[in-house]
Amino acid sequence: MLGKIARYTSVALMLSTSTALAAGGAGEVTDVDFSFEGPFGRFDEAQLQRGLQVYTEICAGCHGLQYVPLRTLGDHGGPHFSEEEVFAYAEQNFEVFDPELDDFRAATPTDHFPGSQLENAPDLSLMAKKRAGFSGPHGSGINQLFKGMGGPEYIYSLLTKYTGEEKEEAGSLFYENKAYPGGWIAMGPPLWGEDVEYADGSPNDIESIAKDVSAFLMWTAEPKMMDRKHAGLAGVVLLSVLSVLLYLTNKRLWAPIKGKSKSSVVPAE
Amino acid sequence: MGGIPHDHYEPKTGAEKWLHSRLPIVGLMYDTLMIPTPKNLNWMWIWGIVLTFCLALQIITGIVLVMHYTPHVDYAFSSIEHIMRNVNGGHMIRYLHMNGASLFFFAVYIHIFRGLYYGSYKAPREITWIIGMLIYLLMMGTAFMGYVLPWGQMSFWGATVITGLFGAIPFIGEPIQTWLLGGPAVDNATLNRFFSLHYLLPFVIAALVALHIWAFHTTGNNNPTGVEVRRTSKEEAERDTVPFWPYFVIKDLFALAVIMVIFFAIVGFMPNYLGHPDNYIEANALATPAHIVPEWYFLPFYAILRAFTDDVWIVILANVVTGGIIDGKFFGVLAMFGAIAIMALAPWLDTSMVRSGRYRPMFKWFYWILVVDFIYLMWLGALAADKKILGVEAGIHALIGSTYWFAYFLVVLPLLGVIETPKKQPATIEEDFAAHYPKTAKSAAPSGAAAEPAE
Repeated sequence: MLGKIARYTSVALMLSTSTALAAGGAGEVTDVDFSFEGPFGRFDEAQLQRGLQVYTEICAGCHGLQYVPLRTLGDHGGPHFSEEEVFAYAEQNFEVFDPELDDFRAATPTDHFPGSQLENAPDLSLMAKKRAGFSGPHGSGINQLFKGMGGPEYIYSLLTKYTGEEKEEAGSLFYENKAYPGGWIAMGPPLWGEDVEYADGSPNDIESIAKDVSAFLMWTAEPKMMDRKHAGLAGVVLLSVLSVLLYLTNKRLWAPIKGKSKSSVVPAE
Repeated sequence: MGGIPHDHYEPKTGAEKWLHSRLPIVGLMYDTLMIPTPKNLNWMWIWGIVLTFCLALQIITGIVLVMHYTPHVDYAFSSIEHIMRNVNGGHMIRYLHMNGASLFFFAVYIHIFRGLYYGSYKAPREITWIIGMLIYLLMMGTAFMGYVLPWGQMSFWGATVITGLFGAIPFIGEPIQTWLLGGPAVDNATLNRFFSLHYLLPFVIAALVALHIWAFHTTGNNNPTGVEVRRTSKEEAERDTVPFWPYFVIKDLFALAVIMVIFFAIVGFMPNYLGHPDNYIEANALATPAHIVPEWYFLPFYAILRAFTDDVWIVILANVVTGGIIDGKFFGVLAMFGAIAIMALAPWLDTSMVRSGRYRPMFKWFYWILVVDFIYLMWLGALAADKKILGVEAGIHALIGSTYWFAYFLVVLPLLGVIETPKKQPATIEEDFAAHYPKTAKSAAPSGAAAEPAE
């Protein structure tokens, strides 16, 4: 816990956190194979649960998830905790201000995650969607077709590409990061490896932790991804069947007009 | 109502006659649906149905989205997240609406380029063409305002840049800009009026679509040969055409189903591919994005807008001639709107007597260069202006692309009609169709024999 606090104190104030990733990408983003990629890809429930743990123990000290309702932690296609687990998680981890009580109280599943604790720490709800890691070649965006948007990959790269260099500028500390556009970020390295202890004994080296929390943040940005892919697949399959049926109908309908059906060539007609 | 002779609706039962003498709506629907349609239409003639479908899709999904959206600068962004997370099926409805706009423009561009190739804009279809151009303009306005509603960074900065264009108009520009925005800058008043107009304009588009259809039902469809349907007798007209229902309804529905497979794959598997990730950052008047880009369907015209900078000779000339009233910014605005306006004038700029590009050997080349030019401009529109391609600044490339766009309409179309020797056109649609499907020629002979002596 002390180590955690020490890390946060190293987070310097930053000029602006909303620096947009320029098209073409100044940052260096590594492609990661996530379980949810591709039309049939699915979120890995266990990974999302581990990611939540990383978020809660490390990220939540500064960053918020203001758009994410706590109850959605129990959703299918998400971390899929039981109702009791969601209730306990909300109660144990967060306090929210209740205007009716005019006081703080323990969070319940109907509340949202709290917003960011630090003014210059961006909200993470949509981070995986607002940072597209892959753009090129030549600004055409074709890379995204094959690798995906690259948002979670950006987060993964950001967390693992600190070089260890620091510099001070206008009284603030900046850390060199190869993934961050511009190369220098105000957030100190949040992960060092073995930062969390997973209950299921999953590996907790820095790459694994970064992957888990990136996957979790993809879920917070796109909580209905599983539903969406399911609907997309149903649409593609049903419409393909409909296309075939309409193709055959159309072919048969036009056959006499195009002189392709035998009946129309018979002069007796 | 059409000029092509065909059977009309005859009320048979008493109830039908009763209704028909009071409101001939069944007759109207019958005539609309049974319109004689050239039987040689190819697959480029399916886009009208796709576009009608897009309009319906956008209106239906849009009405549902409005039920959950809050048009206020403090709540707009979070109400979108509310739709994405809490509304039943809300994420699908929003993604359908978002990508529906892209499909709409994809289809309209093919539809327009179809018209340009087959000379669908030529007499007597000028009105259809001009209404089409008005629809396209309204679509651009509607799409632009719709893109502002989520109140993301690109929404805000796109609105700032585009409304800023009006500020470039000399003398009256700034008051117009203030009037459009409802204040000195993009703010709550802007969001509210854009929301109101984004809801209104689709219904104006729907009305114009009805006029568009009415106009070409009066002149009859164009077709790949550009040869008109014979109207001298019903028998001859029937040899050139088939009724719209069922032949083209089924054909178009088949094409629509195939397009929907691709559309659903995009919506289901990569719904954010065509959008800009910055729009998932809430609007912030204090942080300008590094690179403001409009949606893909505006890029060709955005490239034209940016091509005319103060150091281009024609801009310098215009500046000197007008005594400094026209500067680079205003010239760019004129060029952008001019690029669209000039398309609307195509019926009068094209001097060729031959309608279809199929029989115009020289035209074909210039036409396909125009298509490439359009894609080239689209790509340039997405690049930063100072980016170099083959050692030349993107701005110079955009200038070349823009020049060709204007030259095609102002120089190529008028000249080709004079210098080009067209190929021989078929005498009738029936002849063209028989050339594609030789068996119909044989089978048509015996059945048509009875009609022949009458000729």
